[in-house]
Parts: sequence; structure tokens; C-alpha cells
Amino acid sequence: MGAVGGSSSCIRRRRHRRGPQRAGRCADPGPGRPIGHPDAVRNIGYLPENPYFYDYLTAEELLDYFSRFFPMSPQRRRQRRELVLEQAGLAEFRNVALRKFSKGMLQRIGVAQAVLHNPEIVLLDEPMSGLDPVGRRDVRNLILQLKSEGKTVFFSTHILSDAEAICDRVAILQRGKLVGVGQIAELLQRQSGFEAVIESCPAALLPRLQALASAPVLASGGHHRMELAEENVQGLLSLCATHSIRLISLNPLRFSLEDYFVELLRAGEQARGPDAAKAKAS
Amino acid sequence: MIAAQTLAIARNTFREAVRDRVLYNLVAFAVILIASALLFGEISIGVEKTILINIGLSSISVFGLLIAIFLGIGLVHKEIDKRSLYSLLSKPIHRWQFVVGKFLGLNLTLLVNTLFMSMGLWGALYYLTRSFQPEDVYIWTAIYFILLELFLVTAVCLFFSCFSTPILSAIFTFLIYVVGSAASDVRDFGTLTKNPLLESLTTAIYYLLPNFSDFSVAGVVSHGLPVGSHLILLNTAYAVCYASMLVIAAVWIFSKRDLK
Repeated sequence: MGAVGGSSSCIRRRRHRRGPQRAGRCADPGPGRPIGHPDAVRNIGYLPENPYFYDYLTAEELLDYFSRFFPMSPQRRRQRRELVLEQAGLAEFRNVALRKFSKGMLQRIGVAQAVLHNPEIVLLDEPMSGLDPVGRRDVRNLILQLKSEGKTVFFSTHILSDAEAICDRVAILQRGKLVGVGQIAELLQRQSGFEAVIESCPAALLPRLQALASAPVLASGGHHRMELAEENVQGLLSLCATHSIRLISLNPLRFSLEDYFVELLRAGEQARGPDAAKAKAS
Repeated sequence: MIAAQTLAIARNTFREAVRDRVLYNLVAFAVILIASALLFGEISIGVEKTILINIGLSSISVFGLLIAIFLGIGLVHKEIDKRSLYSLLSKPIHRWQFVVGKFLGLNLTLLVNTLFMSMGLWGALYYLTRSFQPEDVYIWTAIYFILLELFLVTAVCLFFSCFSTPILSAIFTFLIYVVGSAASDVRDFGTLTKNPLLESLTTAIYYLLPNFSDFSVAGVVSHGLPVGSHLILLNTAYAVCYASMLVIAAVWIFSKRDLK
């Protein structure tokens, strides 16, 4: 995940740019092979961002074309082609020219061509960008299917809800650099306080309520919603009991992926100093 | 495996060209022009056959050139522009295979088109004479030379396509073709000026640019004269060597290219 221009484009550049790598290392699945050597990508499937496939080909012709780049017998090629068409839900469209495909179908054929050679690692560059809800669901299901097959799927996205729904681990890139990484479950376990909703709070008590809150108290429909630190919970309960204020709910506030993302990016901006912030503002 | 991968790219390039409607328009137009040469023959008493062969071979050459430039300029640029290259290069292939595959695919397209147009010429010739003469077989030497010429034009096109835009590639290729077709005249012009600087410049152009003038033998075969085997061998070697150098240069440029 990353801000626009900071993550997915890095993947593509890493794969297709020439010249020395500026920093970092890459685990190479082809032992002793440099990045960019054909053998190094034999075990990797890749779907570029906004892919374009030869629109004069049918789905089956495209897969047949790409399958010829891998050491597979004609029979094996046909088997893999059938399987991935089936998995992508495109079996009935096998003879339809790609120019007639919707964007969601193109993304699915894109995933299909990426896994055609049954790779262990699959890189998907923003596989759900620009898709409608149905298309996103289809691609998400495809990724989950790959996951269930034991494949390692890397995908870049700016849509945090997708990452939260699919990923085991997330990494956050800022300007091409890794600034955070972790298991989703661990990240979301972090607790940052409590959220309370109360009813019928007299206006005179609002300043006391605000004093307990860690963020501005929000009023809507006769209810007040507030966030507060753990040490202030007891104070809130006492206030409610003393003034007969009805406490509707009190729940621990979990850290969302969005919170984690924003926190890391802000920390990164601060670390870069005020000059960077000024440059960004200008 | 490497050969099979390269041939797969060539096959797909051929398939792309075959499914392009513009190509059919050009080929149909060429065949119509060859057929219309029969009308020119009607008003040229005694030299109908010569006129037909001349116009026919010229049509094949000009339309072959148009097709070579039209398809050649987009060979690499289109793949980068439409981003289809990213999917292709993520497969276990070398960049040189992509360039060579594209080159072979376009030449296969030109071969098939030229054969198709040649059949039109052959049919028109039969319609005119109602019988074939032994010297008619020399027409195929001229057609072979046209193919060598197109082979060279494709290499020039591919070379420019690796680092330039389609429009600039078309202009460069066309200019090189025009100057290369008049290479001997350019050198003679330099000699006539008696200016040492201009003379060495035109001589350099003569040797550096591909010399297309030796591939034009329509005038000879239209009069039923054979083409010497010496010229056939020399032209073949020249076209293969020159085109190979251009393809190697194209491969080198494309391999160094930073694809963002």
C-alpha cells in the first residue's frame, strides 16, 4: 500500500527499468540469476496496472500465446489454459475477442495470464483499480482462491479495505521506501482507547465531558459520541452515575488499517523535516 | 525453447497484421492497380507485356514499401504505448527475442502479401498473353529482389521504432529509402561538383546508407532478360548483412532502454 505514485509504480519500475538499482535487495527465485534475467521470473506471475492485452486476440488465443513462453508440453499448455479460464470465470468467453471484454473481465484475464504457468509468487499491480463493485468482488475472490492454493500473492493498492479483507501481511511504501510492515491481525489488535455513546447529557455538563475526551465530542440525534483514554473511563462512568446520564455503549477503539497507514505516512513526512512539508505544500 | 519463444512472437506479429483491415485495403488496391495495367497495355501497341510487368512490379514494390513502413513504425512503439509490453516482458524471455520476433513476424507478413500481389501480376500476365514464356520466370527474380528490399526497409523501420515516435520513424525510413534508391546519383552529383568536401560527404552517404538502387531490376525482366546470378548472390548477402547489423543495433538500443 502507499500514496499515489509511491508504491505500485515502484513495482513496475523495479521490473522494467534498466541501470543500477538504487537501493534494496530482491529475493531471487532463480538461484544465481540477476533481476531481469528470464530465469528469475520463471516462478513469478505478473499483472501490470491497467493492463492492455492484444485486443485482436480471443481470451484463449491470448493464453495460448503467453503459454508458449514457458517450458510446457502442448497437452500441459491446453490443460493450464482450460484451468485458468475456468478459475477466472471466463470459460464461456474463450472465443470472444478481448476488445469486447469489460474492464473487470480484462482484469480477470490478466490474473489468468499471470498464473498460467502455475507460479509460486504472483505480483498484481493495482488489480482492483477502476473496477465496479462486482468486478472488484470477482478479482478479490480470484486472489483469495490463489491464496487458498498456497500461492504467495503480492498486490499493490490504495484501497485499504481491500487490503484489510484479503491480506495476511501488509507493507506500506512511501516514496518507494518500505516504512511499515506487519501482520494485519497484529496491527488491528492495537487498542487506542475507548469510544462511548451517551444520551441526554445536559448542556451544562458538556465542558466536563469534553475534558475527559481525547477528541472533540460529536453530537447527533440527541446522542453524544466521544473518544477517551482508558484512564478517563472511570471518570465518565462516575459522571454518568452522578447525573443520571444514560450510557448507550462503551467499546474499545481498535486501530484501523487506515489509522496505521496515516500514522506511518505522517511520521515519514515529519522525519523528512519541515523543508519536505513546505515542498509538499507548495 | 528460445527459438520457439521467438517464433511465438513472430507468429503473433503476423496474426496482428493479418487482422488489420488497413492491410487488406492496401493489398486490394495493389491488385486492382496491377489489373488496371492491362488497360495501359491496351493503349500501348506492341509493348503491352512490358508495360504490364513494369507497372505490376512497381505496384508490388510501392505497396510493399507502404505496408512495411505502416506496420514497421509501430512494431515496438505501439507495444510500449499500449503497455502490452509489460505483460510480455514479465514472461521468461530476453528483450532481444522480442525485437527479433517482431522483425521476423513483419517479414513473414510482407512475404505473404508480396506473394499474394505477385499472384495477381501472374494472373494478369496470363490473361494478357494466354500462355507463359520461359523468360517470364525472370519476374520471380525481380519479386525476390523486392522482398530483399522490403527486408532491408523493415530493418531500418525497426531500428528507428526502437527509439523514436512512429511519425518520425516513418519520415526517417522514407527519407533513407528515397536517398538510398538514388545512392549512385547522389555520389555522381558529388563528383560533378568538384568540391572535395561535398564529394567525400556524398561518397560517405553512398556507402553508409542502404543502397536500394541495385534491387530494382523491373526494367531488365520486363524485356525478358535474365538477372545475373552474381547480382542475386551479392544482393542477398548485402541485404542479409545490412539488415542484420540494423537488427543488432535495434536489439542493443532496446535492451538498454528504460521502460518506465
